[in-house]
Amino acid sequence: MATNQRSGTSGSSISIHALTKRYPGSSAAAVNAVNLDIAPGELIVLLGPSGCGKTTLLKMINRIYEPTSGSIVIDGVEVQSLKASELRRHIGYVIQQTGLFPHMRVAENVAVVPKLLKWDRDRTRERVSQLLEVTGLPPEIYANRYPSQLSGGEQQRVGLARALAAEPPTMLMDEPFGALDAITRTRLQDELKRIHKQFSQTILFVTHDIEEAVRLADRIVVMREGRIVQVGSPLEIVRGPADQFVSDLVGSQDVLRRLSLMPARTAMEPLHGTPPDLAQSISGEVFLREALSMLMESGDPFIAVTGSDGTAIGTLSMTSIQRAAAPPDTPDR
Amino acid sequence: MDLVYFFDNLDEILALSLEHLRISLTALMIALPVALVVSVIGVWFRPARQPLLWTVGALYTIPSLAMLAFLIPSQGLGLRPTLILLVMYAQIFLVRNIVTGLTGVDPAVLEAARGVGMTPFQVLGRVWLPIALPVILAGVRIALVTIIGLAILGGWVTAGGLGELLFSGINTNHPAKVLAGLIAIVSLALLTDLTIRLIESLTSVARARRAGNRR
Ligand SMILES: Nc1ncnc2c1ncn2[C@@H]1O[C@H](COP(=O)(O)OP(=O)(O)OP(=O)(O)O)[C@@H](O)[C@H]1O
Ligand SMILES: [Mg+2]
Repeated sequence: MATNQRSGTSGSSISIHALTKRYPGSSAAAVNAVNLDIAPGELIVLLGPSGCGKTTLLKMINRIYEPTSGSIVIDGVEVQSLKASELRRHIGYVIQQTGLFPHMRVAENVAVVPKLLKWDRDRTRERVSQLLEVTGLPPEIYANRYPSQLSGGEQQRVGLARALAAEPPTMLMDEPFGALDAITRTRLQDELKRIHKQFSQTILFVTHDIEEAVRLADRIVVMREGRIVQVGSPLEIVRGPADQFVSDLVGSQDVLRRLSLMPARTAMEPLHGTPPDLAQSISGEVFLREALSMLMESGDPFIAVTGSDGTAIGTLSMTSIQRAAAPPDTPDR
Repeated sequence: MDLVYFFDNLDEILALSLEHLRISLTALMIALPVALVVSVIGVWFRPARQPLLWTVGALYTIPSLAMLAFLIPSQGLGLRPTLILLVMYAQIFLVRNIVTGLTGVDPAVLEAARGVGMTPFQVLGRVWLPIALPVILAGVRIALVTIIGLAILGGWVTAGGLGELLFSGINTNHPAKVLAGLIAIVSLALLTDLTIRLIESLTSVARARRAGNRR
């Protein structure tokens, strides 16, 4: 797997089978017989209330914790068969408390893994500057600073850059943006999405913030008391929660939440014949929540929905949005 | 009391001071690895920590002169019993500060160090010890100043150093000689203290802290 060097990143496949972790002295398993198959390049968000076992699951993947039973296979290789330190050099790891090395400058922090992998000096230096650029930290300003000279958001960026340094095909991120204000968090989420698009690593991202999960995830894995209760795309989970617990957790009853997950094209009336001459138009990929604002602000009964080439493909009205936003069925009700 | 003796015998006093420093540094060089092993055991194996701290603390409470007298029958006179004594008494300062320094490092930083793929010894050498270094150096400073003071007892068992000057001054009722020895020993201790403080200010943590204060 990861032990051969890669040029340009691509994600690993991860296969988790019957994974259980029981901490000594506690009766309930923190992670209980979890099965999960993750495709290369997927961004998986682990979502669940505090104490449901998200961190425990994550830390078994890079062997910070050892499982009680079960297996984790990355690109066909059982993680238990590798030396833990070797394994970890090929798995990016971002923790909530950042854990930057306080005695090292920003550039040295980011260069830690390349150094462990014995990259030559020029390659390391080049990679460090590139990463600082990518994470929005101009090297000429930040490279020589110490962590104590950075804001919380900047520290998180350095933590992200450090994890990305050796182009790991797998990234583990444990509530990396938890302690940040909403604006900084959104900006870092956008950056993460951009980086993921560019390098398509496989990412496991832990959060208990549903908004964050929805914004980032290809698939959301909902956990409760050590077990996986539902796996699906954000829309699938919000529209079709498996049970009352998931419905409450993700706020399925919240109309605006559903609207913020559905692209405009899923609710529009498809166009037949010549496009009408409408004042306002919106891309089909924009979410309904934004379309609704536009509709209300404009005061028009219809707005046009445009395709990727900019031509109108449909129309959207209050009625079509209402229909699309009809509440999902919850099996328990 | 006068300083005539001090200035007339400057060469000899300087030679004795250097010998005193050499004995003290030798003791430190032996004491440090011992303390490091003891401390790392205490940090890695939690149950051993308190007993170890208690032991080095108890050693220190034994009166030094009595301890030296106790060592003479088995170790004879000279450097050997002196070094054993100094190494023993330095342990409390070294072990206490190394353990405090190491356990004071943020667990998240250590987890990150493991998480990026450092081996346990790389974690210790590249992250754990460097971050704990200022606290450890403070321990080294106090230990060495203590050693320099205690090494006077070496003069009593013919180990050499400034103790020779002091004891011969006392035995021959020669106050000027005692004063000269006193001046030398205090200067040596102060110089040592200053030097190690300077080294402390050069560590990466101290540099990072100064940078942080400037922001
Ligand atoms: N080192 C440990 N020793 C014993 N029990 C632990 C340990 N770490 C976690 N647990 C327990 O295992 C369960 C799962 O903890 P975990 O940290 O995985 O939860 P989490 O989903 O990450 O929660 P949070 O959102 O609060 O971070 C909890 O009941 C917790 O008390
Ligand atoms: Mg957690």
